[in-house]
Amino acid sequence: MTLLTIFENPHITINDYIAVSTVLFTIGVLGVLYRRNAITIFMCVELMLNSVNLLLVAFSTYHHDTSGQVFVFFTMAVAAAEVAVGLAILVTIFRNIHSVDIDELKNLKN
Amino acid sequence: MSGQEIIFWALSTIAFICAIYTVIAKNPIFSAISLLMCFACIAGHYLLLNAQFLFIVHIIVYAGAIMVLFLTTLMLMNLNDETEKHKPAIAQIAAIVVSVVMGLILIVAVHKAGLILPAKPVTQGVGMIGSLGKVLLDEYFYPFEFISILLLSAMVGVVLLTKKDKKTEYK
Repeated sequence: MTLLTIFENPHITINDYIAVSTVLFTIGVLGVLYRRNAITIFMCVELMLNSVNLLLVAFSTYHHDTSGQVFVFFTMAVAAAEVAVGLAILVTIFRNIHSVDIDELKNLKN
Repeated sequence: MSGQEIIFWALSTIAFICAIYTVIAKNPIFSAISLLMCFACIAGHYLLLNAQFLFIVHIIVYAGAIMVLFLTTLMLMNLNDETEKHKPAIAQIAAIVVSVVMGLILIVAVHKAGLILPAKPVTQGVGMIGSLGKVLLDEYFYPFEFISILLLSAMVGVVLLTKKDKKTEYK
């Protein structure tokens, strides 16, 4: 059984998905530049990864090519590993300087 | 407006609102919860795109694993809105201007480029677990096995990183 995909609908094109994921990516970039808390910055990096995944799935469905979805599957596995290692590094930093404020991490500056 | 369009724009709008609240929320716990809602909307998009396997994997990995990791770390650090500091106003305005300009440039560049090829004719069931599993375990078999090595090494690395070491503490 095959369900109809959203691209059978004439009013929703691939350009709408490009716009949606560009806006989500931009919000992620804004968060990375705007915040000082390292954990929130990390969440915004996850948001950027997800917007790119969404666009990959949209193009995969648009072209009826399964490889794009396999690629998203690999991206999710790498993102899971990345989050685990990154949060472990943040916990170690917090244990040493009792803060996850990125403006406090200035040991290389002087 | 048909039902699909309403669902598409509703999911997109909720995802935008939740993403913006992730950025501006003072309390990191609220950031994490609204990021979770944003991920749920993206999962809805996957279902709309007929990628059912990825919908399930997305829910399991992001809602089940990554958000639990985030929330546990936040609990360990005991962060709240009183300890939260903000960048100076000039840096915040600069961040907003830079990201808005970047988003506009990306959208305009993609629209002007006209690189998008017309869609191919429909083949059966692209996002179903059957067709995806065939591609995953045939064409992409070695990357699939390397993922398990990557996850194992990440696990070992996390245990090594968080182990308490008295000699290397520098403050």
